[in-house]
Amino acid sequence: MPAQGLLLTENLIMSDISALENISTQVRRDILRMVHKVNSGHPGGSLGCVEYFVSLFFNTMDIKVPFDMNGENEDLFFLSNGHISPVFYSVLARKGYFPVEELNTFRLIDSRLQGHPTTHEGLPGIRVASGSLGQGLSVAIGAAQSKKLNNDPKTVFVLMGDGELQEGQNWEALMYAAAKGVDNIIATVDLNGKQIDGTTDDVLHMGDVAEKFKAFGWDVLTLKEGNNVEKIIATLATAKSKLGRQKPIVILMETEMGNGVDFMMHTHAWHGKAPNDEQLENALAQNIETLGDY
Amino acid sequence: MKQYINQGSNDTRSGFGDGLTELGRTNPNVVALCADLIGSLKMQDFIDENPERFFQIGIAEANMMGIAAGLTIGGKIPFTGTFANFSTGRVYDQIRQSIAYSGKNVKICASHAGITLGEDGATHQILEDIGMMKMLPGMTVINTCDYNQTKAATLAIADFEGPVYLRFGRPKVANFTTPELGFEIGKGILLNPGNDVTIVATGHLVWEALQAAEELEANGISAEVINIHTIKPLDEEIILNSVKKTGCLVSAEEHNYLGGLGETISGLLGLKLPTPMEMVATQDTFGESGTPAQLMTKYGLDKSAIIQKVHQVIKRK
Repeated sequence: MPAQGLLLTENLIMSDISALENISTQVRRDILRMVHKVNSGHPGGSLGCVEYFVSLFFNTMDIKVPFDMNGENEDLFFLSNGHISPVFYSVLARKGYFPVEELNTFRLIDSRLQGHPTTHEGLPGIRVASGSLGQGLSVAIGAAQSKKLNNDPKTVFVLMGDGELQEGQNWEALMYAAAKGVDNIIATVDLNGKQIDGTTDDVLHMGDVAEKFKAFGWDVLTLKEGNNVEKIIATLATAKSKLGRQKPIVILMETEMGNGVDFMMHTHAWHGKAPNDEQLENALAQNIETLGDY
Repeated sequence: MKQYINQGSNDTRSGFGDGLTELGRTNPNVVALCADLIGSLKMQDFIDENPERFFQIGIAEANMMGIAAGLTIGGKIPFTGTFANFSTGRVYDQIRQSIAYSGKNVKICASHAGITLGEDGATHQILEDIGMMKMLPGMTVINTCDYNQTKAATLAIADFEGPVYLRFGRPKVANFTTPELGFEIGKGILLNPGNDVTIVATGHLVWEALQAAEELEANGISAEVINIHTIKPLDEEIILNSVKKTGCLVSAEEHNYLGGLGETISGLLGLKLPTPMEMVATQDTFGESGTPAQLMTKYGLDKSAIIQKVHQVIKRK
């Protein structure tokens, strides 16, 4: 099967759930093959957010291909937890921002696909570097305020990890966005409950995250099935219906780290570890090629 | 011939504020951010005239740097304002990742730099900021010497594409640069021609260097005074051409000798034209409370310190 991005679907909103699930399966394959090839990278969190990325890029967001840094009159996306770059890269390539073959260069010398996403090598689809955690929400808020100044009615989306909420800058940004009524932003927190050293509860218990967001003045939506495309799309639609009401919006999205690969689920072991040859074969057998491997 | 004239005292931060006000009128893309120091940064006039283009961030500098980076997306030119300490060390990683590495067109405008911040003491007197900022790939680093130059620099950086660190100070000091000198990023200014020694100064030390040159001249020593306002990229040509003539150099700055202008020049001379050199700078120390004048004297950052170093370096020729 020849590898393909979905060039034919540019600017089309895909509403066929099974088509989106097919893309998700292919994205999972891409992630596994990327990290396996270089024996490094972060498959766990990437796999956990596949359905969110696919729903956002192929259904919810109104975005333009090819890429334009200023992104005027289109929705914008920022990834704060940059270590899940494999899922970001795969979805950008499959959306048509750059050739899917370039996924072959992930983490290699002279590549635009750096370990963590960056604008530095000019990879289309990336608007700010991320990796050092806790910075993406502030940047997204700035971009949202830029849109307001430009009378641009589109929306800014940002994804953060849950462990990342331990960084203090997030709470500066949360306080600010509510105080200033930044209501053209939809943040999502990937609540997978895991970080490098163990569960978020064990490493640094964060208490009731929903109540914290509410106390900071955010409109909070919870999504229990963060690996279900249909539910993600519905929740994003609900979030969009709440835009423009003087309150920033957050979706607390419960996901399963390593989703779609049985031995990578229910553990934090695959946060930053690549599968070996045998494990890759096993994982790929659970995710049969749909769009063609790169 | 002298290329300067004392036009009275003013503070460099007012030059920033007035420059920003002018930009508010002339450049619709300029936006300003502040972390609870509007009065100190002299931003009120800009705010009064452009309330929709001002963002009060509160005491949250990390968030301010991130928001500034985000505002560039969509074409805005953000100017952040807070003290130099909170503009650099406090937010180094935010600047590094979200601004410098990401190539964002943010202007980091930093007041109350150096020891002349005075009575608030060492917690607020940063003497390491030039070093931190010049180490960042792609960052332009400017330290202005008086009101006129700070205003000119503020205007110039709005037309320059890329991240900039603009450093200025708190006290009222002589305002002596003239419009004829102009302001070009990366271009040094010859303020006083001379033959026996080159004095290269930045920031508040430029006026001290000019005073030193006048006193030296009365004692038969002809000092060439060059103002380097842009520490990165450095105007290598003006420095090399001068030391080819004078054969020795003294650098002068309100900053630690490690990481500052002097270190940059010593690197240049060591690589391209080994020349005897002395540095007027703080000696790897924190500051303390006191009046700006007391502190400049105690920490060896005044006219007398420059004259002493000139005598030392001439002996080494």
